[in-house]
Amino acid sequence: MADTGKRDRGSLRIDTDECKGCGLCVEACPPKVIHLSDELNHYGYPTATYVGAGCTGCGICFLACPEPGAITVLRLAHAGSSAAKAEMSEGVGR
Amino acid sequence: MSDEVEMQYELAQSRSKTFYANFDRKDELQHQTHYCPGCGHGIIHKMVARAIDELGIQNRTILISPVGCSVFAYYYFDVGNVQAAHGRAPAVGTAVKRSRPGSIVVSYQGDGDLSAIGSAEILHAANRGENISVIFVNNAIYSMTGGQVAPTTLLGQWSTTTPGGRKAENEGYPLHVSELLGALEAPVYIERAGLGDNKQIAQAYRAVRKALENQVRGLGFSLVEILSPCPTIWKMSAVDAQHWVRDVMEKTFPLGVIRDRTKEAQPRKMPEAAVSTSEIPQLLGIEHEGPAESHAAPFVRPKTTNLQVRVAGFGGQGVLLLGEVLAEAGLDAGLEVSWLPSYGPEMRSGTSNCHVRLSDEAIDSPLVVRPDVLVAMNEPSLHKFYESVRPGGWVLYNGDAMPEGCDRSDLQVLARPFMQIANQLGDRRAGNMVMLGALLECTGALSQETIDKALGRMVKNAKWLELDKRALAQGRELLRESLKEVCHEG
Amino acid sequence: MSRQLIKGNEAIVKAAVLAGCRGFYGYPITPASEITEAAAAYLPRVGGTFLQAESEVAAINMLYGAASAGVRVMTASSGPGISLMQEGISYMAGAELPCVVADITRAGPGLGNITSEQSDYHQVVKGGGHGNYRTLVLAPHSVQEMADLTALAFELADRYRNPVVLMTDGFIGQMMEPVEFPQAAVGPRLPKWAVAGTEETRGNLISSIYLNSDELEAHVRQLEAKYEIARQRETRAEELYMEDADVVLVGYGIVARILKAVAAEARAEGLRVGVLRPITLFPFPTLHFKKAAKRAKVFIVVEMSNGQLLEDVRLALNGARPVEFLSRVGGNVPSHEEVLAFVQAQARCCAESEQVAHV
Repeated sequence: MADTGKRDRGSLRIDTDECKGCGLCVEACPPKVIHLSDELNHYGYPTATYVGAGCTGCGICFLACPEPGAITVLRLAHAGSSAAKAEMSEGVGR
Repeated sequence: MSDEVEMQYELAQSRSKTFYANFDRKDELQHQTHYCPGCGHGIIHKMVARAIDELGIQNRTILISPVGCSVFAYYYFDVGNVQAAHGRAPAVGTAVKRSRPGSIVVSYQGDGDLSAIGSAEILHAANRGENISVIFVNNAIYSMTGGQVAPTTLLGQWSTTTPGGRKAENEGYPLHVSELLGALEAPVYIERAGLGDNKQIAQAYRAVRKALENQVRGLGFSLVEILSPCPTIWKMSAVDAQHWVRDVMEKTFPLGVIRDRTKEAQPRKMPEAAVSTSEIPQLLGIEHEGPAESHAAPFVRPKTTNLQVRVAGFGGQGVLLLGEVLAEAGLDAGLEVSWLPSYGPEMRSGTSNCHVRLSDEAIDSPLVVRPDVLVAMNEPSLHKFYESVRPGGWVLYNGDAMPEGCDRSDLQVLARPFMQIANQLGDRRAGNMVMLGALLECTGALSQETIDKALGRMVKNAKWLELDKRALAQGRELLRESLKEVCHEG
Repeated sequence: MSRQLIKGNEAIVKAAVLAGCRGFYGYPITPASEITEAAAAYLPRVGGTFLQAESEVAAINMLYGAASAGVRVMTASSGPGISLMQEGISYMAGAELPCVVADITRAGPGLGNITSEQSDYHQVVKGGGHGNYRTLVLAPHSVQEMADLTALAFELADRYRNPVVLMTDGFIGQMMEPVEFPQAAVGPRLPKWAVAGTEETRGNLISSIYLNSDELEAHVRQLEAKYEIARQRETRAEELYMEDADVVLVGYGIVARILKAVAAEARAEGLRVGVLRPITLFPFPTLHFKKAAKRAKVFIVVEMSNGQLLEDVRLALNGARPVEFLSRVGGNVPSHEEVLAFVQAQARCCAESEQVAHV
C-alpha cells in the first residue's frame, strides 16, 4: 500500500495455526478487511487473512472469533505510549 | 508492515492471560480449542477469560466445568478447575463458594446440562441466591451426544430424537430458563444475550462481565443465558448458524435483561470466622468438667445391677422421657446404660415405646426382650408387652385395675391411674414421673439424689422440675403403700 | 462429665466436628434425620457450613464441591437417599475426593419402610454407583463406635482420598448410650491438591475424566492399588469368645449386639459359641475368617437382609467351612430366642458330626 503518511487506526495479526477458518471474523469485520485465504493451514483449514489495510481497530473480529489467540488486534498508539511499544517489542502473539 | 511502522501500534485485543499459553491438558492440537469451527463456546470462553482479566480475579476464580461440549473448559482456563457431574455444577459451585467464600465461582453450563438434568440444581441455587455466576450457553440442542432434543429446542426444530421436528404435544415447549428463574426472589441479575451479530456479541460480553463483577461485589446470584450457534449439529456454516441465532432463535428466546437488582442489592453477609479448635469441645457441650466429678451424687452402687425396662404408651405420655431420665441417672451412677426408642410411623402419633438397660457390665444387646419392669401407660401397650415380662418382674400400669386376661401369678403389679394422680399434683403430663417414682421404688435401682441430679440437668423449667420431683415422690409412696396392702392381705 | 448419654445420630455429628468436619450438606430421611438436624445446630457454631439441599443428588454433589475446595465434609442418609447419592459417590471416588457418608439403613426395596434393615449392604459395600471403585465402609455397633468410627472415617477418607461410608442401622442411630469424646479437636487444613481459589491452588484440577483409554486404565489400576493397601492396613473386626469357638456367629450393627447376648447365653449352657464381628465391611476382614476357620466347625451369618453379608462371608471362607444363614427383613429384628434356638441346633449338629467322626 502506498504510504500516504496517514496510518490506519488499527491493524491485525492472525495466527494461522490457531485459525479454523470459520469465517466469523470475515462476517464481523465492519470495513471488510479480512478474507479467507485459499491456503490451508497445518490442520487443513483455510485461514483468515488481513488484507493489509483499512483496519479500524474496532476489535469486533477478536470478540467474534472463537479461538483464544487466533486474532490479535492492534490500535494506533497515541504519541508517547511507551508501554504499548514495550509490549510490542516483546512480540506478543505470533 | 515494517517493524518501524508496527511500533506505532499498541495491543487492543489479544489472547487473554487467563488462558493457558499451551493447552497441555489436551492431547492434540495444543494451541487450538477442541471446539468445532464457529462454535459459540470459544467466543463465550473468551468473554469469561477477558472478564477475569479485567476484574483481576484469576487467582480467585474457580471454574466449574459441566458435562457437554464444554466439559473440557479446564483445558483452557488457567484458574482453579473443578469438573462436575451432568447438571450438578450449581450444587458443586454452591459448596465450593460456601467453603471458600473468597473464591469467585463460575458455573459454566450448556442447555442440556442446566435446563434438563440439572434443572433442580440451578433452580435451587438461584432460589438460595448463591453468590455465584452462571454462564448458561443455550444452543437449543444436545451437541456433544450428537444432536438430541433439548428442553430449549425450538418447535419444529430437527434433532436426532425429534426426526419430524419438535412437537409441543410430545416434547412440550421450549423452556425459558431465564424467565423461570426471573420469577424467583433471590437472583440479582439475569440477562439473556446472544451471539447472533456484532451488536449482540458486544452486549453478551458486557453481561458476562457484569455477572462476574456482581459476585466480586458479593451481591448474589447472577446468570447470563447466551444464545449460541452450533454449526455442526445444526448442519449450517458458521456464518449461517450465527444468523440463525439472530433471525430464528431470538424469536423464541427474546434477548434482554430479565432481572437487575445490582443497584439496590446489598452484599451478602460473609460467614462467621472459624472458631479456634480449642473452643470446640465447649461449643459441642462435651468438655470434661474437671472437679465436677467430685460433686457426683453419693450413690452407693448395688453389687449387681442388671435392670431391663420397657416403657410403652401413646405418644405425648412422656414414654421416651421417662426412659431417658432413668438412663441419664444410671450414667451418673457410674453404670453402663442404653436407651433405645421404638421409632417408625408411631414417632408422629400412636404408640411409642423404649428399651432401657442399666448394668454394671458392658451391655450386649440394647433390646429389652424380657423386661424386669414393664411401664405400660395404656391398655394396648400393656397387652403388647405383658407376656414378655420376666417371671418375678414388675408391671406398672396406668389404669384403675389390671384388665381381664392380665392375671399372671408370677408378676408383681401396681395398677393406678397415674395420669390422674399427676393431674391432682398439678399437671397430668407429670404422670410419667409418678410412674418413674414407682419404678425406682420397686427396683431400688438408683438413689433419689442421683435421679434429682439427672432430672435437674434435663428439666430446665423450675416449675416443672418442682412438679416432677413431687410426682416422683408420689410414685414412690404409691408403691410403698401397695406393698403394705399386699402384706395386710397376706 | 467425661461420658455423656447421647443418641448415635447426634454422636456422629459431634465426632465429625471434632475430626475437623466443616461442611454438612444433607437431605432429611428417617432414620437419619437427627444427623442432619444436629449438623444444622453444630456446624454453624464452629464456623462450618450446613445446608439442607434440594435432594440427595444435590447434597452429594455439594460434598463434591466442598471436598474439591479442601474442606472435610459429610452427609447422612438412608436407603433411598443413598441410592440417589451413588452418582456423586462414584464421581468422588473417580476424582479421588474424600468425604464421609453416614448411612443409617432402613428397609427396602423401593420405599420399603422406615424401620431397621441392613439391605444397603450391597449398594454400599460393593460400590453402588457406576465404574470400578470401592468405598471404605465402617460398621459401628454402639454409640461409642459411632463417634470413634466417625473420627476414623475422616482420617481414612483423607488418607485414601476416597469416600468412606459409616453404615449402621436405625437402631444404632436412634439409641442413646454413654459416649466419651476426645477432648482435642482436629483443625481444618488445606490439602495441596484442593482447589481453594488461591494462587497456590490455581493450577489444580478436580476431575474424573480420562479420555484416553490407557490413562483411564492406569487411573483405575491406581485406585485398585489404594484399595489393596486398605485391605492390608485397615481391616478391622471384633472377636468375642473366639479362642475355642466351634460355632461362629457373624453379624454387624444391631445384629452384633444381639449375637453377643446370645453367645453369652449359649456359653452359659456350655456351648462353644463365638462372635466374629466385621467392623470394616470393605475392606472385608477375610483373614479373620480364614483364621477362625482353622478351628471353628460352622459359621452362622445373621443379618437383617437377604443374604448380602452372607456372600462376603462365603467368599472369605472360600468353602473351608459350612455357612448357615439366619435372616429377618422388613424391619423385623432376629429375636434372642430364634437366634439362640438356631445356634443350639447348629451346635448339636456339630457335636453329632464329631461323634460320627470319632466312631
